[in-house]
Amino acid sequence: MRYLHLVWRSLLRRKLRTAFTLLVVFVSFVLFAFLMTIRTAFSMGVEVAGVDRLAMMHKVSLIQLLPIAYLQQIQSTRGVELASHATWFGGTYQDKANEFAVMAVDPETYPKLYPEMRVPEDQLKAWRADRQGALIGRDIANRYGWKIGDKVPIQATIWQPKQGNTWYFNIDAIYDADKNFDKTNLFFRYDYLDENRRGAYGQVGWYIIKINDPPHAADIARSLDSQFANSAAETKTSTEKAFLQGFVNQVGNIGFIIKAILAAVLFTLFFLVTAQTMAQSVRERTTEFAVLKTLGFSDGLVLTLVLAEALIIAAVGGALGLGLTWIFISQGGFNNAFLPVFVLTGRDVALGAVLCVALGVLAGVLPAMAAMRLRIVDALRRN
Amino acid sequence: MFGWISQSVAVILLGVRTIPRRLGSSAVAVIGVAGVVIVFVAVLSIAEGFRAAVADAGSPVNALVMRSGADSEMTSGLGGPEADLIKQAPGVLRAGNRPVASAELYVIVDLPKRTTGTTANVPLRGVEPAALQVRNDLKITEGRMFQFGTNEAIVGRGANRQFTGVDLGSEFKSGQLTLKIVGIFTSGGSVAETEVWCDAHLVQGVYRRGNSYQSVLAKLDSAASFETFRNWLTTNPQLDVQVRRESDYYAAQSTVMTSIIQGIGVTVALLMGVGAVFGAILTMYTAVSTRTREIATLRALGFNTLSVIVSVLTESLALGALGGLIGGLAAYVAFNGYQTSTMNFQTFSQVAFAFRVTPQLLMLGLAYALMMGLVGGLLPAIRAARLPIPSALREL
Repeated sequence: MRYLHLVWRSLLRRKLRTAFTLLVVFVSFVLFAFLMTIRTAFSMGVEVAGVDRLAMMHKVSLIQLLPIAYLQQIQSTRGVELASHATWFGGTYQDKANEFAVMAVDPETYPKLYPEMRVPEDQLKAWRADRQGALIGRDIANRYGWKIGDKVPIQATIWQPKQGNTWYFNIDAIYDADKNFDKTNLFFRYDYLDENRRGAYGQVGWYIIKINDPPHAADIARSLDSQFANSAAETKTSTEKAFLQGFVNQVGNIGFIIKAILAAVLFTLFFLVTAQTMAQSVRERTTEFAVLKTLGFSDGLVLTLVLAEALIIAAVGGALGLGLTWIFISQGGFNNAFLPVFVLTGRDVALGAVLCVALGVLAGVLPAMAAMRLRIVDALRRN
Repeated sequence: MFGWISQSVAVILLGVRTIPRRLGSSAVAVIGVAGVVIVFVAVLSIAEGFRAAVADAGSPVNALVMRSGADSEMTSGLGGPEADLIKQAPGVLRAGNRPVASAELYVIVDLPKRTTGTTANVPLRGVEPAALQVRNDLKITEGRMFQFGTNEAIVGRGANRQFTGVDLGSEFKSGQLTLKIVGIFTSGGSVAETEVWCDAHLVQGVYRRGNSYQSVLAKLDSAASFETFRNWLTTNPQLDVQVRRESDYYAAQSTVMTSIIQGIGVTVALLMGVGAVFGAILTMYTAVSTRTREIATLRALGFNTLSVIVSVLTESLALGALGGLIGGLAAYVAFNGYQTSTMNFQTFSQVAFAFRVTPQLLMLGLAYALMMGLVGGLLPAIRAARLPIPSALREL
């Protein structure tokens, strides 16, 4: 701590250079935070998927429907606590581009399976009493300015109503949830869908099944599937996590692409620039270091001083980059229709901090060793 | 009048000769710019590859008919009698007595992706015999066309590469459907290459669709007949359909994904570019500060400030150009033609495509690199021009 002033003066020695190096580090970590956020968005909630929930769908593919009659049988299977179902509706609002997740669900059981959704009790009651009602996420409510009591028209893409092409829903309830949970869905009642569509009566998209013994998820899934084997609609049951992971894999290896970009960013920008700046700075101060050593500064101390400079630049730039991006993202700066969950997780911030310090040390270590190894006689003679 | 040009040339040459003395810092600027250009070109080549596979898939002479309101073939539905009526519409090309039109079903089957082993939504298209006549660019490259009325199927080159279980000669089972792969086809790298094709009646049976289809693809007798064809169908009270040129349909299918990738790519490249410009500024400041005495001497000798500015800018532009060339070349070597597949959210099914590093992208990357070089050199150039000669001469 005693030498902090010395480090500070060395940083101010070339203010412009320090400032630009800081800016480079800052930009690197803005990018880091931005890219990690995209990665989280593309993982579609895999990390927060419930471990006690199974997803059951048609064995052939997700677009095939399952009979609603399965519900009774699933519910009475050993290990099943509560079963519910959902059907993809795929509607658009106003303009074709405004597509968002609309699903028909059972209003009694579905909210119970997803305690992540927080709905005021009176609103939930209102929804359960209104056949034409809908439960919507906070984000979608904000995006379109919808309020409780509004009647909204949704254009059908898959399920045509008996009359015309538009479905109308009353906004009865709005759910809130933690930041990493999708708040852009519209849920409406399955009984309303089934009565008013033109066909496929008594069919649902998939089942969600809450089990009471998560370690035995695989066994329960197998016994569920065996009940429907050799029927017209065979099933495939997996944990919600495995299902979402499979879906993420379909999009492609986003994680790898992001890591590759990050490696390019951190190496070409942060590491090279910081290392080069420190090397240049040490070269320029050869005489100074020699003087310090003459005054009795130990080799270790000189090494520490140079490393401290690199670390301060890395830490200040990194903290600013991570911090400002975090503020920007939590203000909803990047919110968009396609990637509903846009958050910077605490884990990624921690990872950023670790990377920042590690790269700061790496960038400073060679110049610091050079400064440490200087022999006073040679160094003083050089100029 | 041209004095400053020859002066500039002299100063530039002097500058170039001193580059080896500051190789380290110059390399940092070059690598920084190269890194930005690699990321920029690579990410945009994904978008370009995807766009080319999807958007260029259709022909303007073909018309695609779907139920009105449907946003893709997946969500559309047409009854058998409707499909027959559509094929009789005016404007449809006829071969002999038969309309060149194919009523088709579009469903998905689960196939394991080679890279991850997890299942992916692969489109299965049930077609009618006219399908190959409608699509001119489709060619069977291995094996043969499947026979209608059997459980044979053909698979696109992309699907064959990306997913397991659809090799030539193999059989795959999905629910009650068993298909035998007898041929592999290409269609100029377009989205059709991700599909598996079999007899439409087979799909109707296995997927319990009765006598129904999802779309009708018709070849028109000319691109100009489209309006006639569409008007006849949309004003026909027996039908509730939408009609689009096949090319327009596919162009629209690619927009969401392409704009997302481009948005991310451009944002990342812009931010990285800002970082690289700061890096270039540092490099050029270093260059100017190591040459302080030299520059001051030149100016004392009567070289004007413009030539000093030009020389600093030229050097930083050259570094930018070098970075741009290295980055573009690296991106081309590493990514051009790289095969992958992703989910197209608009059709909910897989699209196999290859990254495309086009000449336009390379030019764009180089232009961006030059811009970074120019911006990076500006401040240091002004500083060099403003150096007070007496004190600068005194510097080490």
